[in-house]
Amino acid sequence: MAINLKQMSAEQDLLAPGHRACAGCPETIIVRQVLHAIEDPVVVATPTGCLEIVSSPYPYTSWRVPWIHSAFENAASTIAGVETMYRSLVKQGKMEDRGIKFIAFAGDGATYDIGLQFLSGALERGHKFLYVCLNNEAYMNTGIQRSSATPLGTWTTTSPVGAVMPGKKENRKDITAIIAAHNIPYVAQAAPHAWRDLMTKAQKAVAADGPSFINVLAPCPRGWRFPPEESIAISRLAVETCVWSLYEVIDGEWRLSHRPSSKKPIADWLKSQGRFQHLLRPGNEHLVDTLQQAVDREWAKLLERCKVAAS
Amino acid sequence: MELKGWKEIPIGGLILDAGNSEEYETGSWRSSRPIIDMDRCSHCMICWVFCPDSAVLVEDGKVIGIDLAHCKGCGICAQECSRRAISMVEESLAEAEV
Amino acid sequence: MTLKIERVKGDPVALDGDRAVAEAMRQMNPDVVAAYPITPQTEIVQRFSEFVANGDVDTEFVPVESEHAAMSVCIGASAAGGRTQTATAGAGLAFMWEVLWVASGTRLPIVMHVVNRSLSAPLNILCDHSDSMGARDAGWIQLYGENVQEAYDNAIQTVRIAEHPDVMLPTLHALDGFIVGHNVERLELLPDEAVREFIGTYKPEHSLLDVDHPVTYGPNDYHDYFFEHKRQQAAAMEKALEIVPVIGEEYGELSGRYYGLMEEYKLDDAHFATVALGSTAGTTKVVVDELRDQGIKAGLLKLRCFRPFPAAAVAAALGNKKAIAVLDRSVSFGAQGNPLFLEVCTALLTHGFAPKVVNYVFGLGGRDTRPAQIHQVYRDLMDIESRGLVGPTLRYLGVRE
Repeated sequence: MAINLKQMSAEQDLLAPGHRACAGCPETIIVRQVLHAIEDPVVVATPTGCLEIVSSPYPYTSWRVPWIHSAFENAASTIAGVETMYRSLVKQGKMEDRGIKFIAFAGDGATYDIGLQFLSGALERGHKFLYVCLNNEAYMNTGIQRSSATPLGTWTTTSPVGAVMPGKKENRKDITAIIAAHNIPYVAQAAPHAWRDLMTKAQKAVAADGPSFINVLAPCPRGWRFPPEESIAISRLAVETCVWSLYEVIDGEWRLSHRPSSKKPIADWLKSQGRFQHLLRPGNEHLVDTLQQAVDREWAKLLERCKVAAS
Repeated sequence: MELKGWKEIPIGGLILDAGNSEEYETGSWRSSRPIIDMDRCSHCMICWVFCPDSAVLVEDGKVIGIDLAHCKGCGICAQECSRRAISMVEESLAEAEV
Repeated sequence: MTLKIERVKGDPVALDGDRAVAEAMRQMNPDVVAAYPITPQTEIVQRFSEFVANGDVDTEFVPVESEHAAMSVCIGASAAGGRTQTATAGAGLAFMWEVLWVASGTRLPIVMHVVNRSLSAPLNILCDHSDSMGARDAGWIQLYGENVQEAYDNAIQTVRIAEHPDVMLPTLHALDGFIVGHNVERLELLPDEAVREFIGTYKPEHSLLDVDHPVTYGPNDYHDYFFEHKRQQAAAMEKALEIVPVIGEEYGELSGRYYGLMEEYKLDDAHFATVALGSTAGTTKVVVDELRDQGIKAGLLKLRCFRPFPAAAVAAALGNKKAIAVLDRSVSFGAQGNPLFLEVCTALLTHGFAPKVVNYVFGLGGRDTRPAQIHQVYRDLMDIESRGLVGPTLRYLGVRE
């Protein structure tokens, strides 16, 4: 289906308004974009987290599609169960094949940490579902605690900036590479400012003959400490500084989706959000250097994987 | 919504009325609202694709207004508008205008 | 409602409990089975996998990566409107603990075959009831079987109980690990067609796959609605107390083997009674017979349905006994008695009875419990009665001091 905003805007949003997401929350932007991009009927699973909480406070639901939440760690298993039942019922002729697509929208907490086993198992078994990670780089719903997606040096409530420690001590996990190592047909990274790229990736993902995964950056005004109107601008800045990269891994082949025309320095990224404020204090220049080196290293590695020249 | 007794609600916590959150007016959260200058608007749909609350109203491919019952006033539309056609106006002022 | 069910002739075979359960699963042909192997349940999944590999079932089998995933997959599959089953034991059941509550709170008629095994630590793969007892508050219906025949019969009945529109609760039936699970016994199998007809077709009311009528499963409740949702579950459990014997009666018409909430073995005029779950009830029957031969009025209450607990029926059966021994194959550390004992005592008290009751913990971690030890229990009961003194309420049968 061609990605045409005017056409899409004529269709009803499958996530209804009236949900309790914070003003400026990118998670609901991402969900809207993905669901508009996919033509087929869908069933969605969401683990415990911001999206689930804001979209289903009993007796209200924002979901205009069949939707299930069961627990925090098991969105992948839950949607795998739905997908398996679908295959079983269609195979036995107990229901018609409606071309239903199965999607999980899960936070980084549910994906990188508590749910990694469940996701890995579901991917290994080859269930046909799309798993979208809404990566706001911390356990936001419980009040901004660190996850293994939280970048080095970031302030969170469980990696606070104190007298002896400057924020998170560990580098973030490269979950997308871990998922790619499961050798599933489609893996990607995306960001909500690049809506056409995200929508195209969602379409490619659900068309894949097997499990698919898209890691989407979700800049959180509350947790990252920036004004709500900047969610999309911050997403753009993440890509411009190469802190977040847009790429695909299609049947094992790494493909860069976007290369910033001029790579902005990490200081621009750090200045834009309160969670990094401590790093800009005099005396912390070495930390900024460490972070710049980490970004450069990861970026260089990605270029190599994508077989793109470094300069 | 009036609180119902245990015999009156579906079992298992099921919600059968898809999308009924629409009844909940998050517009009351706002401290400022977007005002669209329709003369500048090119109907590019960028505000629509970036609105977290489905609050940009579109009809026949044209932006016709904002769903004030649900708009939380985040300001993303104003920030991202390619034509700078949207400005955020404080609620008290905007209400006075209406 | 008068049932017109034709009695069918069963097929006598020799199978161990695990294989009998797998056979029942084959006949029930669930739409999805998601399970993880754990001793002593492994034979169930292995045997069932063979059925899948040979195309003997239509089931989609999901070889999950853990028991928590097994129950999570079952939740998704059941919400998607089809028949879903799993099996586990011991630590496997413990690993599912969180999602057992999710399954029952979401009112999904998932069926689980539990091959009773102890909980670590220390690690022990042998039989006791600490796994299913540990989950007794999870909102699952719990049935216990004495032998291989009962394991097979219970397996088939759980589907009807779970799916009953007034119940809609996940249901487990338990069989003793190794003692029943791995023990070959003679049993009668129903013909495939009889099982198919008995379980009928499942008609879910709200399926996730009904894309034309989207439903939301698993919302978040606040203080304003959670209590009401839980009250609904309690009501369903109460209803199950009526439904279990109804299904058991129907099964009896079909097979010649009738099931209810419990079995009273020479209990009516008994002075001394034992209450037990599982295979030890079988051992106790032998002892009861021997004692009766000696002129001693011994009896047994074999409980089948532990959740919901049939308080009125148990109280009526035991109220007038001179001394009662409740055998628990699990421990509730720090409690004044163990799960079955606490239920029995409460049932008696709340129905106006106060006979002398004592609690024996026995058989933990596969400790063999033999007729001689059960004889000791009855001697203790007779002693209690003759001296008019209960003595210690909580006793340990068969532990080396």
